[in-house]
Amino acid sequence: MHIEVTAEPLDPQRAVELVRRDDAGAVVVFLGVVRDHNLGRRVLYLEYDAYPEMARRVMRELAEEAMGRWPIVDVAVLHRIGHLEVGETSLLVAVSSPHRAEAFDAAHWLVDRLKERAPIWKKEVFEGGEEWIEGELPSPR
Amino acid sequence: MKARVLLFARLKDLAGVSEAEVEIGEGLTAADVFRLLQGLYPGLASYDAPLAYAVNARYVSPEHPVRDGDEVAFIPPVSGGGTCTSR
Repeated sequence: MHIEVTAEPLDPQRAVELVRRDDAGAVVVFLGVVRDHNLGRRVLYLEYDAYPEMARRVMRELAEEAMGRWPIVDVAVLHRIGHLEVGETSLLVAVSSPHRAEAFDAAHWLVDRLKERAPIWKKEVFEGGEEWIEGELPSPR
Repeated sequence: MKARVLLFARLKDLAGVSEAEVEIGEGLTAADVFRLLQGLYPGLASYDAPLAYAVNARYVSPEHPVRDGDEVAFIPPVSGGGTCTSR
């Protein structure tokens, strides 16, 4: 399992290498990318803020939970923070498994849960202003 | 008793600080500590969105007791990931 919260650019090929194994016939990679528009506005760039120690813990706990729910071989979850331009990758999830169905399902589940629970925020800087995007309120469990 | 408080995203902008050491009384909850901060940093008084709480990097309920030396984080609704939505 590989968990990272970093200001450095994320490299999908490296994530594939982190999870690839000879007994895994499938590797699913998800990239969350900065889009050039949101809510009808032209986005210039994003600034990500995070509580890095806690984000790593939440990412690790979710990756462990995914490994318990599906027969996954390995997982990498990487989130970039700081200044990101349109087209850059902010979230990278890679899952390897013997067969494709569980890798797709686990990657989908992980991305959804991360967006709900990881203490990470994006400020959208658009033409004419800026705004912290507030999405899901995490609940204790 | 002292607690280290952490503010993120919009809360950090409203308060003008991202972290502080605050003197806390006996028997305060995480929500009480936020009310205390709203007194110390008037910019926080206008925060009206929902709020989650973490003590020592774990999500807790608003009623969770805060002890000497705890790290208390105030968590606005989160928005990690790309600009992708489920739609």
